[in-house]
Parts: sequence; structure tokens; C-alpha cells
Amino acid sequence: MLGDAFDLRTYTRQLGRSSTITVWIALLCLILFGLLRYDNFGSTYNIGSFLNYNSMFILISVGMCFVIMTGGIDLSVGSVAAFASVVAALLSPHGLWVALPGGILAGMAFGAVNAFIILVMRVPPFMATLATMLAAKGCALVLSGKQTVSVSWESNFTTLGMSSAFGILPWTILVTAIVVVAAWIVLEKTSLGRTVLAVGGSPDAAHLMGLKTGRAIAFVYLFSGACAGLAGVFLASGYGAGQPLEGVGWELAAIASVVVGGTLLTGGLGSIPATVAGALLFGLVFNILNFENGRGTISLSAYWQSVIRGGLLLLVILLQARVQSLGVRSKTS
Amino acid sequence: MSRERSSAERGVLLQNPLSGISLRRHGGLIALALLLLFNIVFTRNFLHMQTLFVNVSQVATIAIVAVGMTLVIATRGVDLSVGAVMALAGALAPLIFMSSFGRANPGLGVALAIIVPLLVAAACGLFNGVLVAFLNVQPIIATLILFISGRGIALVLTNGNLQTFSNPIFSFLGTGRILGLPFQGWLALAIALFFAWLVARTLYGRYLLAVGGNETAAGLAGVPVRTVKIATYVISASLAGLAGLIVVAINSASDAARIGNLMELDAIAAAVVGGAVLSGGRAPILGAIFGAVFIQLVRYTLLANGFSDEVALIIKAAIIVFAVYLQQASRE
Repeated sequence: MLGDAFDLRTYTRQLGRSSTITVWIALLCLILFGLLRYDNFGSTYNIGSFLNYNSMFILISVGMCFVIMTGGIDLSVGSVAAFASVVAALLSPHGLWVALPGGILAGMAFGAVNAFIILVMRVPPFMATLATMLAAKGCALVLSGKQTVSVSWESNFTTLGMSSAFGILPWTILVTAIVVVAAWIVLEKTSLGRTVLAVGGSPDAAHLMGLKTGRAIAFVYLFSGACAGLAGVFLASGYGAGQPLEGVGWELAAIASVVVGGTLLTGGLGSIPATVAGALLFGLVFNILNFENGRGTISLSAYWQSVIRGGLLLLVILLQARVQSLGVRSKTS
Repeated sequence: MSRERSSAERGVLLQNPLSGISLRRHGGLIALALLLLFNIVFTRNFLHMQTLFVNVSQVATIAIVAVGMTLVIATRGVDLSVGAVMALAGALAPLIFMSSFGRANPGLGVALAIIVPLLVAAACGLFNGVLVAFLNVQPIIATLILFISGRGIALVLTNGNLQTFSNPIFSFLGTGRILGLPFQGWLALAIALFFAWLVARTLYGRYLLAVGGNETAAGLAGVPVRTVKIATYVISASLAGLAGLIVVAINSASDAARIGNLMELDAIAAAVVGGAVLSGGRAPILGAIFGAVFIQLVRYTLLANGFSDEVALIIKAAIIVFAVYLQQASRE
């Protein structure tokens, strides 16, 4: 167990590059393919709506990436986003500056519950966040009275999801970009980020080295909760309603993005840009399928989406399986 | 949220110093006894054959899936795909016996409508097992693939349509009675007893616990680790397929979008409440049945006493956390 921490660096370099490069190449190929094949693929409208929709998934994927880097998992993000969208919609008459922090805090509250259950009650993350997933869903349904909660159109709440900064860049994209860059800096440049990786590499070694492991673990669940909360605010603001039943399967989409981005589920290794690339890759596949549907070359019902998503995940896993089996044995403690 | 949780927890905690029985070992049984007592006193018509009938018919599918889940958890794995596999099997069955071939040969049609979906489910398990055993993919991720796409395949097959049917022979799976109790209840019991025997008395059982306890050591001792893992995922998926058929038979309708929805959560919860440990090495099959009954009874108690389904969700969450917490505390 201790050995893992010592060769962390070399292993990060070798494995990190080889597995993140796959996702970048795939992303570039898809973009090139789209640009060459479809006229409107590179249009401002397509890019804008594509990024606007996928910003929610990018956010929860980045939060999930932090959690997974510590060797944990956060299954609650989808329900928490739904819960936050209801909270934000209920607060929307008071304006964006109440509803936005309200939604984020609602997400962080569940993040705090996760951290408490995991750190204090010592329940494995998988079970803890499974439980909060149910609890958040229940809370969202109770709070909303089982119905979608329409947002206030009088206040400035919908500005966030429906209009653009300086007339060009949708606010959601700008905010998401800021969160992504901040997360990247925290991971790469701060001691907190190093601690997160060390905890994932080997919790015991990190603890013995005197690192504040508890603080790092609490941070990742709070951050993931905040990201889910923000995604919920985007959902309510962009689609005009708090939606208690939304968010089903988001956690899995996020996990898939993180895995595609080369982050190992055993923790100790991860890349924020590659995770974002992974989320974009999934989004892009569906964007391209929509174009193909529009052209009439294929006609796939919406039901195919999940089949294709699963197939794509399988493909990535098969590619990664070789890389993983070279250097890493399972590090369950 | 906290009110219900704390009173439920307090009920169990109070019992401990009074009785002197170890809370860790018997916490679940005490909680179940309290729950039954509460229902006998407060819930109207609780001591009624109809109540038993409803509960048994609802708990059977959870129990059947939970048995498979317990086996998977014993290998240190988890099977997220059970709900999707249920949907797949449940969508296939009506397609088969309502096809022109199935209508022309009713007997053979129904037989095929049971066998083919079970084989497809087993194939799903084989897929999961191969990913886990040969490619060393973590179980969560390996079963995630079918979790995502299994239901999608079911929806594509049925084009998202609700299939309704009336087929007395097939519906016996979900509505038949033996000795006044639902057929699927007896089926679940038989399955549980069989697998309890399998774990306790056969080579497979020994291997299973060895793999879950220490995979490397088991491998060195000559246990066919990969075969055991694959077999376990095949069993889990097959049982999920069976549960899917039962759900369809109960409703005389098949809706691929809804069959087995959130079943993976119920099954994991039942297994864990029943004493399965996520770090593997234990396979309390009868415990899983107990866990399934407990979860069903909690839900029934809440619904019968006017709480909504949402509140039941929140309380189920609290129970899961508390059950694992007790497990964890007893190990430390």
C-alpha cells in the first residue's frame, strides 16, 4: 500500500499522458469531422447552444473528477442538481443574486452531508452518496410538491441561463470556464490539490505524512456539491423551471466523462482539462448524431442515445484497460 | 427529514442498554421487531391476509435481485446493471409471446418468452463478468455500461411503447397463488434457500468467499478467480432477468422505461442491511431476504400511515447510512 505513494510521480507522468492523449485526439477528430461534413457545425449558434447545454455536465464532471481523485465517488450529483434547481426556482422571485447562491448552497449542504457521513460515520463513499442521492431526490420532490416549479420571469433570474455576456458569450459558458480554470489551478498549484492526489494515491501514506486528509476529503465533496448546485441553477435558469425529476443518470454521465478523461477510479491521478474534454466528447457525439439525423442519412430515435453512450464508454474502457493493466493493480485498502 | 430519522434511530438505540443484546449483531432484527410492533398497534388492518399478500408480492422482486447482488458484493463487486437487465428481459418477453410465432404456438411461445429473456440476461452477466474478470475493469464502471445502455436497448426494441397483454399462463409468474400466497414469494424463498445452500455447502460457495476475502491469496491457492467472478455476475444478471419477467407478469404490461427503475439501489440497500460488506468476503443470502423484507416493511409502514413516497425515499436513505454505519462500527 505504501509503495503506491512513492512511485506516484513517475506513474502519473507515464500513465497520465498516454491515457489523456486518447481523449484529446478523439475530440479533435470529431471536431474536424464535424467541420468538414456539416455547414453549420462551426456556426456561432451551434457552438453556443452546444456549450450552453453541456456546461451543466462539464460542471458536475469537474466536481466528480475531484471526488474520484481521492478514490471516492459521488453518486448524488444528479439528484442534488435537481434539488438545487427546485431551490433556485423557488428563490427566483428574489432575483439572481439570491437564487444563485441559494442553489449553490443547497448543493453544498448535501456535499456537507456526504462529507459528514464519509468522514465521521466512516461509511464508504459509494454507500454514503447512494443514500444522499435518494435523500436529495426525496427532498426535491417534497419541496416542489412533485411538480416542476416555474421560475419567476419578472426577476433577472433567467439572465444567467438565457442571455449572453457582452452579447456574445452565454453567461453559463463564462461561469463554467471560470469554475474549470479555478479547479485546475487548485489542483495543480495548491497544497490542497496535492493533498487530494496524495489521498487518492494512498490514504494511509498521506495521513502518515501529516497531510490534512480529512480536510481534503471534505473539500472534494463540498466542491462536488457546489458544482452540482450550480448545474441545478443553470438548469432552472436556462429551461425556466426547477425540475425535481431531472438529473437521473447525470452522475453516470459525469463518471463516464471522468473515466474517458483518463482519471483512474482508484484515485491518485486525474486531469481537469481531460475531464472537460471527456464531457465535451460525449456531448459532441450526440451533436454529430443530431446533424446526421437532420441530414437524413440515419434516423435514430432518442432511445439510441443511451445505447450509444454505453457503447462509447465500452470503447474507452477497452482502450484504457491495456494501459491500466500495465502499471496499476487495484489499490483497494 | 431529521425528525423521522432521529426517531427511528432512537428507537433502536434505546433498546440497546435495556436488553443487553448486542446492537451491532441484532440491530436489524430489533428494528424489524419494533417495526412490526408499531404496525400491529398503529396501522389499520395490518394483521390481515391482504397485507401479507401485498407485501410478499412486492418484496419478491427486490429479494430475488438482492440475492444476486449479495453474491456480487461478496466478490468485492457491485452490479449496477440489474435494473436495466430487468427492463431488457421484461421488454423481450411480451415481444416473443405476442409475435406471430408466439400466437401460433401459445405453449412454446410462453416457454420461449421465459427462456430467451433469461438467456439474454445471462449474456449481460457474462459481458459484465468478462469486463471485470479479464480486463480488470472496476465493477462499478463495468456494470455502468449496461446500466446506461441496457434500458436504451430495451426502449429501442419496443420503440418506447407500452406493451399490454393478457396471457394467463405467463401472468402466473406474477399473479399466481400457491397456498394463498403469491407464486413469486415462494419462488423468491426457493431461490434464497438454494443460494444459501450453494454458498454454505458447495465448492462455488467456498471459492466465492475466498475470492472476496483475498483475491490474490485465493488465486495463489488455486481458486479459479476469473471463472468464479464471471459465474457470479451471470447469476446476478439471470436473477435480475427473472425479476424483470415477474414485474411484467404482475402488471400484465411492459414499459421498458419503468421496469426495474432504481432497482439497483433497493437491491444494494437490501444486501447491505442484510449484512453484506462492501469489502467482500461475506455472502449472507438469508440476510439479503431479511434486508429486502425490512426495506419493504419500512416503505409499507410509511405509505400506510399517510407519508408520501418522497418521504419514504429520504427515510430509506437514512436506513442505508445507518445500517452501514453499524457494520462499520462493529468492525472497528
